[in-house]
Amino acid sequence: MKTKGNFMGIPGPAWLGVALVAAALLVLPYVAGMAGTAWVRILNFAILYVFLALGLNIVVGFAGLLDLGYIAFYAVGAYLYALLASPHFDIHWPFWAILPLGAALACVFGVLLGAPTLKLRGDYLAIVTLGFGEIIRIFLNNLNAPINVTNGAQGITLIDPLSVGEFKFSTTSTLFGLTITGPQKYYYFLVVVAVLVVILNLRLQNSRIGRAWEAIREDETAARAIGINTRNVKLLAFAMGASFGGIAGGMFSAMQGFVSPESFSLLESIMVLSMVVLGGMGHIPGVILGAVLLTFLPEVLRYGVEPAQRFLFGRSVIDPESLRMLIFGLALVLVMRFRPAGLWPSRLRKRELTTEVTP
Amino acid sequence: MDILLQQLINGVTLGAVYALVALGYTMVYGIIGLINFAHGEVVMIGAMVAFTVITSLAAHTQLPPLLILLIGLVVAAPTCMLLGYGLERLAYRPLRHAPRLTPLITAIGMSIVLQNVAMIIWGRNYINFPQMIDKTSYHIGNALITNVQVAILFLSALTMVGLMWLVYRTKLGTAMRATAQDQMVAGLMGVNINRVIAAAFVIGSALAALAGLMVGTYYEIAHYQMGFMLGLKAFTAAVLGGIGNLAGAMAGGLLLGIIEALGAGYIGDLTGGFLGSHYQDIFAFFVLITVLVFRPSGLLGERVGERA
Repeated sequence: MKTKGNFMGIPGPAWLGVALVAAALLVLPYVAGMAGTAWVRILNFAILYVFLALGLNIVVGFAGLLDLGYIAFYAVGAYLYALLASPHFDIHWPFWAILPLGAALACVFGVLLGAPTLKLRGDYLAIVTLGFGEIIRIFLNNLNAPINVTNGAQGITLIDPLSVGEFKFSTTSTLFGLTITGPQKYYYFLVVVAVLVVILNLRLQNSRIGRAWEAIREDETAARAIGINTRNVKLLAFAMGASFGGIAGGMFSAMQGFVSPESFSLLESIMVLSMVVLGGMGHIPGVILGAVLLTFLPEVLRYGVEPAQRFLFGRSVIDPESLRMLIFGLALVLVMRFRPAGLWPSRLRKRELTTEVTP
Repeated sequence: MDILLQQLINGVTLGAVYALVALGYTMVYGIIGLINFAHGEVVMIGAMVAFTVITSLAAHTQLPPLLILLIGLVVAAPTCMLLGYGLERLAYRPLRHAPRLTPLITAIGMSIVLQNVAMIIWGRNYINFPQMIDKTSYHIGNALITNVQVAILFLSALTMVGLMWLVYRTKLGTAMRATAQDQMVAGLMGVNINRVIAAAFVIGSALAALAGLMVGTYYEIAHYQMGFMLGLKAFTAAVLGGIGNLAGAMAGGLLLGIIEALGAGYIGDLTGGFLGSHYQDIFAFFVLITVLVFRPSGLLGERVGERA
């Protein structure tokens, strides 16, 4: 079922496209910077969501295990970073020590969640993962007594930004005569990590493990019959997906300088899942598209809805915040209604959908 | 006061409401295998519509309170039924042959839409439900039970009996069970699949409206986000009992209500004061996970075969 292709599934001429994309990625923060620093921040969040969506895509898209508590791993990474690099415990570890640690801890949590739930199928798994996510959030919310670990609902503030020696990612500085703001620095860092993550994902999909995941997704019994150790391979999916979440969480912490349990609600898990499904489950470019679109859509609506209302009715008729979410919800419904396999599904998936009618 | 008995009474009341909502989830799931994520929102809309009707009637007429409540239900139930039908028609039916997760996303989308519509109509603040029934308490041993609780228990029991009759004794019920077993074969036997599925949504939504009214009168408060957690708990209850199984949803709902109430009452003592009552949600989910680990198809669920 492998798609025909050269290195990493990209045919020769397409490398030109890759070069164009790279150039675009390079100048993007300056273009966005012209519209305001807020847009650079949104851009950064889009990349973070790409991480999360790709991580969840491993679990849901590749292995076909519906995980509704994915944000828990994001939370684990974020809180680990917050605790190890803030005045809260007065520990200030460097980020290159914490990020891998966050990935490792999230991975442990992934296995912890995966191990007892391997027997469950489909929607039973979904509800257990959902419960797991809520458990983590409730603990984060309440672990301020008797020992104050997470500082409860107030969250942890003054988290150290990323820094290498004296070079801080949070402040504006001038490099080779070029002014570069804090969010822009984060952007470049995130883009580098994101590119690595995307390459890793592409390689993973076409590897032995990737094919094993696909086999499990399509038919678990058959997969076991051809000699795939379904237990281990499923655990691996959980662990891998979780560690992506852990890393993303750490970077979220550093970028925001503040974490609270509110950022890790079920709605957030659902958002990431929507990105995966809306983009095209199991198809990496689609998932990236989904993540970027769903990060930008609410923000564009945030800035666009109010002027549009004033233009149409001369005044603000409906609370802009609800109107923007209303449009967002409708967009989710409409996209799925007219493109059931996602905006950019893999060719295989599309073919399945048009030729076969599943009962 | 007898804390154990008191918490049991509170738990069973809450559980009855969960059970009503869980029935809506389980009927839809049993027939088309879809998690109707927007079902919690239907409960919320039910509560909100009932609230509007009740407050305006209470303010402008001299009707007896019980009649006002009844009118509230009579208006809220058809509204929700229409809403449930609309949901099925617009968001789910076109996607019946789509990949399994696609209707889940449309369900989430509809849920967001309904929440925000409710926020636009009823505002973002908590709404105080008017107190229509003068509360009186009766003693059971050393615990108290209010007349509202009695009414909730009685009404839910009655509704559930009615539902059981509908599903097991009527032609529509037979058609529903047949469709749940095998859609295609049921269709060949002359069952109108579309109508049966729509019926499941409509009936579930009517139960949701009743549950919404009950929650409103019980807690005397309503909010545009109330459906989310309630729906989540009810869905948990349905899974706990074995999703797709009517008796399972009822058992799961009651069990979850009791577990939550007891958990809230005793979790402090159990953990030596380490965990307080705000961990009650953890208790529910923890029990759910434990049950599913040992009985992967829920308490009363059948073993699920390979799903294509």
